[in-house]
Amino acid sequence: MRRTLVLAALVTALPLTAAAQTKAITLPPDHAYGDLTPGPGVEVAQRACRSCHSTDYIVMQPRGDAKQWEAVVTKMIKVFGASISDEDAKAIVRYLSTAYGK
Amino acid sequence: MARSPRRDFLRTVGGLGAFAVSAEMLWRAPRAFSQQADPILAGRPLVRYPEKTDLILMTSRPPQLETPMTYFDRAITPNEAFFVRYHTFPVPTGVDLGTWRLRVTGLVERPLELSFEDLKTRFPKAAVTAVTQCAGNSRGRFSPRVLGGEWGDGAMGNAEWVGARLRDLLAAAGVRQGAVQATFEGLDKPAFPSVPHFVKSLDLRRIMEDPDVIVAYQMNGRELPMLNGFPARLVVPGWYATYWVKNLSEIAVVDHVFEKFWMKPAYRIPDTPCGCVEPGTAPKSTVPIHRMTVRSFIVAPPSGARVAAGRPVALKGIAFDGGYGVREVQVSDDGGATWRRAQLGPDLGRCSFREWSAVWTPPGAGDYTLMVRALNAIGESQGSEPLWNPAGYLRNVVEHCGVHAG
Ligand code: HEC
Repeated sequence: MRRTLVLAALVTALPLTAAAQTKAITLPPDHAYGDLTPGPGVEVAQRACRSCHSTDYIVMQPRGDAKQWEAVVTKMIKVFGASISDEDAKAIVRYLSTAYGK
Repeated sequence: MARSPRRDFLRTVGGLGAFAVSAEMLWRAPRAFSQQADPILAGRPLVRYPEKTDLILMTSRPPQLETPMTYFDRAITPNEAFFVRYHTFPVPTGVDLGTWRLRVTGLVERPLELSFEDLKTRFPKAAVTAVTQCAGNSRGRFSPRVLGGEWGDGAMGNAEWVGARLRDLLAAAGVRQGAVQATFEGLDKPAFPSVPHFVKSLDLRRIMEDPDVIVAYQMNGRELPMLNGFPARLVVPGWYATYWVKNLSEIAVVDHVFEKFWMKPAYRIPDTPCGCVEPGTAPKSTVPIHRMTVRSFIVAPPSGARVAAGRPVALKGIAFDGGYGVREVQVSDDGGATWRRAQLGPDLGRCSFREWSAVWTPPGAGDYTLMVRALNAIGESQGSEPLWNPAGYLRNVVEHCGVHAG
């Protein structure tokens, strides 16, 4: 699962006295540790659950049954406005409660 | 891992002109965190982000990084080892001080647009050494488990902050009649408009009564790392990090109690004396989380260490509370049956980490459970049983450290 990531990182800083001081950093891409486990429905989850945050948000959670994962998917839709069809939501809950089930 | 020569290199960021850091210098092949003894952190990679040293990755986007416990053998947490917590993506990755302004608006006589230079020169400099800790630090240890950022114990840090007093800024703007709270936002704005933008609020009384509530532009004598809030962040000593808004850009005085998403329903605790409820149950009513609970940690020897029976062992760690100051730290080697006082390190202020140490001689061969607990200036301490709430906040149970003497 673990692949080697190589990326360019840039930090710029000019002396503090200069009026035009800037700082800029470049962040690495999503780390492979957060990749979703393969399994039926994984593509749907990847499509729906990667736009606002990385999937390590999912991977780090305690394992749980369909009730836990349904609550999560519902929260993403109702509270954060994720646009996911009912059918996709069902498929994602099925996937999560298998791949990250008890 | 903490002693890489690159740390000294990173420490100089800000003192040099514009420069590029090669990929190899800031990022190496990911390695798994080696502390297999900790079920929450096992398997999490150690990563090196710009201006940071090797930290434990919780999430990549937005970046959330945890400080390894080895850094808590001392009172001051180095800037490059300081934990990182953002809520939404994207996070600010660049600031031009030529155009950055801190706006003070809302219910004020004279709205302000302060440049970085204004902030540093127009207001008296105030310094405070204070702990900031994520409200959900140690959430991964809750039982029953709760969802959220599954931190170990490293979402905390202590630094000397220098900046302008928030009450001086508000006085310069002239707070008008009817003002109740001030709201705070930073440069982090979520890409999706349906995701609530991170805005926090504080009662004006909290701000006016405490000269240590500052807008900090310096952290441990240097500029803030980008990921810890460059160019300025709010410092609210004694209170959880959720109020310490990073990459601060706007302060607005309002005539009501502000209750948007990150104040309500997020970051709430049960409205009970302990901030807790029966495990697995929901509270009847909630209040915004605020003051930190008393905590203490044993950092040396590390959990699982082997020591020599009959030979003195140096115990070390830190303790802190929500702003009254640590009065006493006690250690036990018999699972909490008997306790004895530890030595306290220098007092860096009532909101700082307090170092503690003790010498312990294991009387014979065998397994020992070392424990530590702290008492603050108003008599608050730590319980032997963990308290529970549905969001996984306020953890402060007595910590254990198992060692083997042979
Ligand atoms: C529209 C944006 C958006 C989408 C799409 C989205 N999330 Fe989230 N998610 C959020 C936000 C915002 C948070 C809170 C982040 C924080 O506090 O660090 C969050 C947090 C989480 C958490 C942590 C627990 C919690 O409640 O805070 C989990 C688990 C999670 N998301 C799972 C998912 C899954 C599964 C999907 C796909 C079905 C998904 N997310 C899609 C916005 C989104």
